[in-house]
Amino acid sequence: MDATAKSFKDQAKDGLENATLQDALGKLGFGFPLLRQMAADGLPEFDALRDQGRDIKNHVLEHLDYYLERFEEQVTGHGGQVHWCPTDGDARDAILKICQEARAKTVTKGKSMVTEEIAINAHLEAHGIKAIETDLGEYIIQLRNEPPSHIVGPAIHLNKEQIAGTFRSHHKELDPDRSLEEVPALVREAREVLRQKYIDADVGITGANFLVAETGSSIIVTNEGNGDLSQSLPRIHIVVASIEKVVPTLEDACTFLRLLARSATGQEFSAYTTFSTGPKRPDDPDGPEQYHVILLDNGRSDLLGTEFQDVLRCIRCGACMNHCPVYTSVGGHAYGSVYPGPIGSVLTPALAGIDQSHHLPNASTFCGKCEEVCPMRIPLPKMMRYWRERAFDQGQDPVAARWALAFWATAARWPALYHFGANVMTRLLHFMGKREGHLVRLPFAGGWTRHRDFPTPERATFQSQWRKRL
Amino acid sequence: MTSSDDLPPGDAAPAEKRANVALFVTCLVDLFRPSIGFATVKLLEEAGLRVSVPQGQTCCGQPAYNSGDRKNAMAIAKQTITALEPFDYVVAPSGSCAAMISAHYPDLMRADIQWSKRARAVAMKTFEITQFLVDVLKVEKVDARFEEDVVYHDSCSGLRELKIKSQPRKLLSSVDGLHFKELMDEEGCCGFGGTFCVKYSDVSNKIVDRKTQAIEASGAETLIAGDLGCLMNMAGKLSRAGSSVRVRHVAEVLAGMTDGPAIGEPQPDE
Ligand code: SF4
Repeated sequence: MDATAKSFKDQAKDGLENATLQDALGKLGFGFPLLRQMAADGLPEFDALRDQGRDIKNHVLEHLDYYLERFEEQVTGHGGQVHWCPTDGDARDAILKICQEARAKTVTKGKSMVTEEIAINAHLEAHGIKAIETDLGEYIIQLRNEPPSHIVGPAIHLNKEQIAGTFRSHHKELDPDRSLEEVPALVREAREVLRQKYIDADVGITGANFLVAETGSSIIVTNEGNGDLSQSLPRIHIVVASIEKVVPTLEDACTFLRLLARSATGQEFSAYTTFSTGPKRPDDPDGPEQYHVILLDNGRSDLLGTEFQDVLRCIRCGACMNHCPVYTSVGGHAYGSVYPGPIGSVLTPALAGIDQSHHLPNASTFCGKCEEVCPMRIPLPKMMRYWRERAFDQGQDPVAARWALAFWATAARWPALYHFGANVMTRLLHFMGKREGHLVRLPFAGGWTRHRDFPTPERATFQSQWRKRL
Repeated sequence: MTSSDDLPPGDAAPAEKRANVALFVTCLVDLFRPSIGFATVKLLEEAGLRVSVPQGQTCCGQPAYNSGDRKNAMAIAKQTITALEPFDYVVAPSGSCAAMISAHYPDLMRADIQWSKRARAVAMKTFEITQFLVDVLKVEKVDARFEEDVVYHDSCSGLRELKIKSQPRKLLSSVDGLHFKELMDEEGCCGFGGTFCVKYSDVSNKIVDRKTQAIEASGAETLIAGDLGCLMNMAGKLSRAGSSVRVRHVAEVLAGMTDGPAIGEPQPDE
């Protein structure tokens, strides 16, 4: 996991100054919330489904070991294999071993955030195996050697001109005079380039939106159908999923599917929802010869039974970031982590350590919009506060802020003294700024006055005026 | 006066007249804009209540609570609970501070049985001013005049933690001469976020900039909201941008106390 979450402020500044990104974020912050709202309004039982989804996940998290074992039984029964991986390193090793045993040269990949989390591409590359992303967004950022900036739309930070430029510089074999002005042309080109790669690939790696304990199936949801090709054309299919993806039954999975697309993109259903259960059976017309499931823990089981357990309900719809005033201002790269936005601000400290990421849970206005739209009703702001408490206890925040807080808190605990001091300050500020009505500069408040004026206080505190009234 | 133990919870029947109300003035109103406090007192007194301002109050403790300083937050909460528990009701001219007391104190105190009981008792009788007037006192209209085109910004805590949405609008629509304009994304955060606005100044600026542009585009003459923190943030940004939009707290408008300068306007000597 990338540790640059530490430099959130610098990266946020880069994002704020990037005009293309700002343009993209403006569209995202307007469009997705509108679409989600329309989808939610169109389904009278949407909120009831959210309750149901939350309850199912809570139940699973209480009995996670049971459902994971059921899942494994089913996978094994169908001729597949489950690999239990406590850490990201274990997952990388397991995947590499499967690829090496298959003498794989290339691997095609469907979109998967967990494989970003374990940084599998670089690991395979280091061992001479080429991993090719097939989701359009992932493919683009792979060419550009950039991390994803959104968990649903990884290349959301780019405009079509940038993408056309990337294609021109990488697809050298194609006609240099071709037109790439419109989005369909870009999509067509990516499709054409990728088609042969599917056929050549020895192994297909996908993520999973859900794992079904009842049947041993993995489910992926896409809009491009690339995941289906990645998992059905190569000889070997590897599913990489984190442990909290398991749900009890197919019917439960459907509850989540009804919530997922509506929350993510405002669609009633994604274009492709694909269930895969084990390797090819003798009478199947196609399918992989081997079916592996990499079950990744990577710190998640440590959250069970803690104040952070609820975050494991997440179905990665991205609604929290689409609606977040901070995310839609700074973009995903500011977070320096695979998971940006509110979900990332809660999850990243769990995966990378709060010492590496204390800015993330702190950089929130606590407006509560994320919790309002989260289909799983995860109390994200509350959990960010819990991380702030841990960061505070470990002394992660800047010394000046700690001193200011300590000074203020001490004063606030001595009401008489506080009222006296407050009145002195108020009178002083009033005297300084009453003519203008606001102060343009103020000592110790540069953070405020850099961008805003400071409204001048009235002539004395309420408390002092009230005492006179009595 | 009824004792706090046998009070009906929250939005039960109309409150008994001459109930004893504590004004939780909030630290920002105390320091920067006492007229909001006086407007709140006026609204409560006109509704027939006896208003006190307990001296043991300072701040609700949110800056400590939201900075992860649980120890200081708890100490301040205990002091606030002690100051407020003798009253029938507690009313604050702020959704954020009212939510701190009514939604967060019980959680903050959950480890201590005695204190969590006291926190819950105070939480149950604490309200934001428009919520109190409409939901508890069943006030239908106010006697005030304000001949301006206005927009109303829903501050986040009040909106999402206390579900304050219709109450201020209901009362404001009874103000003579007041006319609502449409504000795009009226529920969108203004970027204040307490210490957030100074800790992450550039990000906050981007958020408030988006907000004030929408306010400008609405064509309103005055922006109204129920939280002074958000109001100062937006007023400061509007002022820096050279906007002529004025900014006022909802209590000032409802109490008819709009003769004085708006937030951030020059204050002539008395
Ligand atoms: S936290 Fe909620 S809103 Fe955010 S990605 Fe997860 S499920 Fe979606």
